[in-house]
Amino acid sequence: MPRWNVLATIGHVFLLFLQATGKLSRFTATSLRHCVTPPFFPRAIFTQMLRIGYFSLPVVGLTAIFTGAVLALQIYVGGSRFNAEGFVGQVVVIAMVRELGPVLAALMVAGRVSSAIAAEIGTMRVTEQIDALTTLATNPFKYLIAPRLIAATLTMPLLVLIADIIGVMGGYIAATRRLGLNAGVYMESTVNVLELDDVTSGLTKAAVFGFIIALMGCYHGYHSRGGAQGVGAATTNAVVTASVLILLFNYVLTDFFFS
Amino acid sequence: MTSGSAMIAISGLTKSFGSHAVLKGVDLEISRGESLVIIGGSGTGKSVTLKCILGLLRPDGGQILIRGQDVTRLSGAKREAVMADVGMLFQGAALFDSLPVWENVAFGLIQSKSMPRKQAKARAYEVLAQVGLEEDIAQMNPAELSGGMQKRVGLARAIATTPDIIFFDEPTTGLDPIMAGMINELIVERVRELGATTLTITHDMKSARQIADKIAMIYQGKIIWCGAAGEIDSSDNPYIEQFIHGEIAGPIQLDA
Repeated sequence: MPRWNVLATIGHVFLLFLQATGKLSRFTATSLRHCVTPPFFPRAIFTQMLRIGYFSLPVVGLTAIFTGAVLALQIYVGGSRFNAEGFVGQVVVIAMVRELGPVLAALMVAGRVSSAIAAEIGTMRVTEQIDALTTLATNPFKYLIAPRLIAATLTMPLLVLIADIIGVMGGYIAATRRLGLNAGVYMESTVNVLELDDVTSGLTKAAVFGFIIALMGCYHGYHSRGGAQGVGAATTNAVVTASVLILLFNYVLTDFFFS
Repeated sequence: MTSGSAMIAISGLTKSFGSHAVLKGVDLEISRGESLVIIGGSGTGKSVTLKCILGLLRPDGGQILIRGQDVTRLSGAKREAVMADVGMLFQGAALFDSLPVWENVAFGLIQSKSMPRKQAKARAYEVLAQVGLEEDIAQMNPAELSGGMQKRVGLARAIATTPDIIFFDEPTTGLDPIMAGMINELIVERVRELGATTLTITHDMKSARQIADKIAMIYQGKIIWCGAAGEIDSSDNPYIEQFIHGEIAGPIQLDA
């Protein structure tokens, strides 16, 4: 078949896409089944919660505080064009809690955690440690994958909740120190405008993003082939696919909560 | 010998990767307490045979009976039940680098035999001593150990659950001759003590002679010779002759 046959190329790419989707779906289904059936590994889940959640706090906190602060300044600039400077507090908290908190925290954690999971599981794969688990009558999905998925899905909402608070604080600092807005009025408007729905929708997003982050790390690590180069590729693919899926599902979930 | 008394019986095992047929009908029988060594060059199907038996690869056709039970179609808990009495020493030892040495050895005891950690730890120390390792390495990480020590820890992990079947994948590859001899001796001693049935794959003839009761040679995906270890030098099989003497000229093609 000639190489310039456009239809054949499109068809080939489409088939590859379907193949990858099918493989990922099966992997996800198997992982989920092992997440909800015993035995569980509480010790492993706890270790992963520490690694994924606790050790991500500095990077997520820094991201949140600067984002909140920048948001306050930019909204002030934009708002002043139609005399809406007074809405800085309201817009910062809604943007932070509904959107930027979950998405930016998830992207930062994807860079930190998806890559780490992919590298660890990938190295275990190429050094036959995953095969060794099987020969020791231990299912790798149960022992390696389920604890990471559970831990990430549980810790991301907590992490995002903290990011929300720090982000709002960042906005508050910029608004009061740099813009000279009244501290009491700013806090009051922030608290008054916030609804429970804003928080829960943001935290639901966070849980889904956490699942995606761990799933992509596990999936690419588990299927890595061919030594150091394979593990390197798995690490890159994990971060890229996790980030893209986070943005994609961010739209899907926002649309869902919107209606 | 009938397949009823065999610990492991393999018949007509086939496996292909894409259009490349690696196993073209492997037949093997290992009786209880016997040590079988499969020899053969690189890429002849040794590792694939072993991975099929362990369930790490799903064969395309044929039967693998372990203690009379066909394991090729087993999965999940039933598969794990079979594996609970099987030990395996990997070529690169494949120790879990996130766990200290003792926990590697105790892994099977804690996870699949549900032994309390304290008791499993004591047992791990005992097994480590059996493979000639000092107590102070038990708290170290596998990455801090030399290759020979890692192999011994791997051996300790494989025998800790007192399995009745043990597999060895190239147990001496990458070791100096003295360490290789020591590993071979440990394998023979520990296996005899357990009365376990073993299957070893190797291309190290010295190791094969030391470990084996029976030797089988695999070439192009089939067992081409199988006999008692003592008969290998008088086999009159041109393939065997070429392999054990490491000659370049002969029936074995090196392109594989």
